[in-house]
Amino acid sequence: MKRKVKVLKIDLNKCMGCRACEVACAAFHANPKYSNVNPARSRIHVFRNELKNVFVPVKSSFYTSAECAGRPIYFIDERPQSNYGDGISVCGFCGASCPSRDLFKEPDSGLPLKCDMCEDDPPLDEPMCAKWCLVDAITYEEREEEVEEEAKPDEMDSGVQALIDKYGWEKVLDAVYRLSKKG
Amino acid sequence: MRYAETGCVLEIDLSTGNIERVETDPQMTESYLGGLGTNAKILWDRVPPEVEPFSPENLLIFSAGFLVSTPAPSANRTIITSLSPQNSLFAFSIMGGYWAPELKFAGYDKVIVRGKAPQWVYIWINNDKVEIRDARHLQGRSTYETAEMIREELNEPRAQVISIGLAGENRVYFASIETHRGSASRLGLGAVMGDKRLKAIAVRGTKDINIAKPLEFMNECNKILDYIQYRLNNPIPGVPPILAYIGSPQEMALHDEEWHLDSFAWGHARKRRKGFWNKEVEKRWAETMESVRKRLISCYNCPVRCAGIIEVPGCPTYILKCFSKLTYVMAAEVDDLDFGFQILSRAQHYGVDGFTAPQVLAFAVELYENGILTDSDMEGFPKDNKERFFWLLERIVRREGIGDVLADGVYWAARKIGRGAEAFDHNTIKKHEQVPIKLGMLNPIYYIMWSTGEKINITQIEGQIPQAPLPKEIREEFVKDWIQVPTGKEERFKQFILEWGEEGKVFPFWPPPDLVAELVEWQEIMHYIDDCLGLCAGVSSFPIKPPYHIHNLPLFVSYGGGLDVDENELWKIATRVRNLVRANNIRRGMRREDEKPPEDHWKKRFPEYEKKLMDEYYKYRGWNSNGIPTKETLMNLNLGYVYEDFVKRGILKEE
Repeated sequence: MKRKVKVLKIDLNKCMGCRACEVACAAFHANPKYSNVNPARSRIHVFRNELKNVFVPVKSSFYTSAECAGRPIYFIDERPQSNYGDGISVCGFCGASCPSRDLFKEPDSGLPLKCDMCEDDPPLDEPMCAKWCLVDAITYEEREEEVEEEAKPDEMDSGVQALIDKYGWEKVLDAVYRLSKKG
Repeated sequence: MRYAETGCVLEIDLSTGNIERVETDPQMTESYLGGLGTNAKILWDRVPPEVEPFSPENLLIFSAGFLVSTPAPSANRTIITSLSPQNSLFAFSIMGGYWAPELKFAGYDKVIVRGKAPQWVYIWINNDKVEIRDARHLQGRSTYETAEMIREELNEPRAQVISIGLAGENRVYFASIETHRGSASRLGLGAVMGDKRLKAIAVRGTKDINIAKPLEFMNECNKILDYIQYRLNNPIPGVPPILAYIGSPQEMALHDEEWHLDSFAWGHARKRRKGFWNKEVEKRWAETMESVRKRLISCYNCPVRCAGIIEVPGCPTYILKCFSKLTYVMAAEVDDLDFGFQILSRAQHYGVDGFTAPQVLAFAVELYENGILTDSDMEGFPKDNKERFFWLLERIVRREGIGDVLADGVYWAARKIGRGAEAFDHNTIKKHEQVPIKLGMLNPIYYIMWSTGEKINITQIEGQIPQAPLPKEIREEFVKDWIQVPTGKEERFKQFILEWGEEGKVFPFWPPPDLVAELVEWQEIMHYIDDCLGLCAGVSSFPIKPPYHIHNLPLFVSYGGGLDVDENELWKIATRVRNLVRANNIRRGMRREDEKPPEDHWKKRFPEYEKKLMDEYYKYRGWNSNGIPTKETLMNLNLGYVYEDFVKRGILKEE
């Protein structure tokens, strides 16, 4: 089976931190469309430190209700980077919307924001952040990928195990038997 | 609902510590837009001519332009307005960067600072929460250090900071206000900030800016991006490379510096070094540039990349743009670019103006070489020009010894030193150091702009037209897609380009005085519009064939701000602002006799013809022979209150 995969590619050497991606993203996701701008509502964020020459656009990814242990230092070109000044421990270039910070959350409600690749009807040629990035630090790619639909044994095992834990072997086997009869 | 603007300003009195959020009158927006326009109105209303620059009653206004924070590309300017310590006139200096957008997202169009703090403070604006905080621990820190330390102590990397360095703290008359990617350098506003003991303003904002007609507005923005892309790929043929692109001249990206090095004067604006630029120098300078420039960067929401992150071994990192790459090198008359990058690191960390400071340093060297300043004034003054520049800079920013005298700029230093030093003050206009251009022939357009420009420095007024006649074979091509020309002027201005350079159609007697007046008006009006809207001049009023022009700017104002403005109305607003800025200066005593370039600006002067040019321009502008806007002009611009004030003060006779 073929699947269309939408990809935003980031070139860290080209980004210069102008935040046009944030502007375009925030404007697109306003309601009505383009009726306001507020980069704090953007689903992409440029971590930037001009003096340290660090410019990293990160799009919002998943929501998590739990904090993690953080990761104060990231490596770019084998150079350790924190996203700003020395001595400040922050979780750097992570796309999660999580309780430890205000990033990728609606500033008013605190609800998580997730990149939707600017889905629209009719569809845009490319997401707004890529379109507004004239220096091509963010580019858009659509790839067709061959994917085999296969059952993932690990996932199935843990699912069945959960049912067994809850109902016991016998009831689970009965259920499987009943279902197989129905065809 | 307010569109494009927030409709609120912050009023902060540093003497009492009082902070107020004040809603503004939408009528003000309709009449003056924002940025420079509303700043000029506030200064007119609240700072009478008796107030001195270093007085608690003087206001220091930090304003975001009207379109700042909308998606309009390159709308990111902070317009800072106050009185200049150099000449007590209306001073407005403008910076790019990220500060103004952050201010508007925090919910304010301006921060209006008055009073004087009892000790060093900085202001922290975090949306609705505004604090005046102790800054004693930041005293003596550089502009960049201050910003970094504030971000760290607030634990907010996204806070944008403007700050002053040692020069501002010590009220050096050419101290700048700096943010990483920009600096408001001209006319000594950093000294006013220092006088108020305000070390920095940090801001963080997470609120919305509304757009009146979203789809239409976004459509215009996309067209601008397309045109920016087009212009970056299509430099103007027939002009030097440094003038052929858009943006602040692309001196961080391009290596061909022949035009600046050949046309501008070296030393203390003394001599041109034609032929200095050759292949060998170009190669050497390009290597230097490549080795220190870590990345080309832009201001907020702009793809043009005019600035470079500069890392010189052994020097603190800084961010550089435009012509200051050359100002110290040329003023010190040295041949290597390394020196420029080294001294700039200190200069930007101390926070001094990259145009004035080198002129002052060169002036001091000149006085020393002419025996006016001696070793008794300057004990231990080095022999080598490079070392001398560092030596002087260190003393100026601390106001130590001779540095204390020089810190007041060329005009005042010359008068304080005496002993004939006044004769060496040959490159100031209205007491302000000018770009070092000394030419052979009178340039009538520059003559008017130099003399009458309220910005008091030419690079901030010019634009739109080439600096010299175009090669004959490309003139037709040039005017074909010259869409930027104002309605009604197409024939006249295109004809000017086609004929300029023909037999008898050269400076000084061509273009004729009436055409000079019109060309000057066009150039300055475009700048006034930018300074109200907060647009970068580098994509609008400054280059040839810019993306923003008089035909699309009214659409941005209308679609973005919800005002009903067409080309005529926008032109009228800009003219109103231009006259109001001037009215501030007229009220402070500026007159025709102040409006002249130094004697040696051109080798050959034409006193009678220059008078004729000036008369014509004043008349065209609706000013009397003394340069004062007439009653008719003021009434037409709805500036009746200015007329009344002029009559009350005896500046105009009642008609």
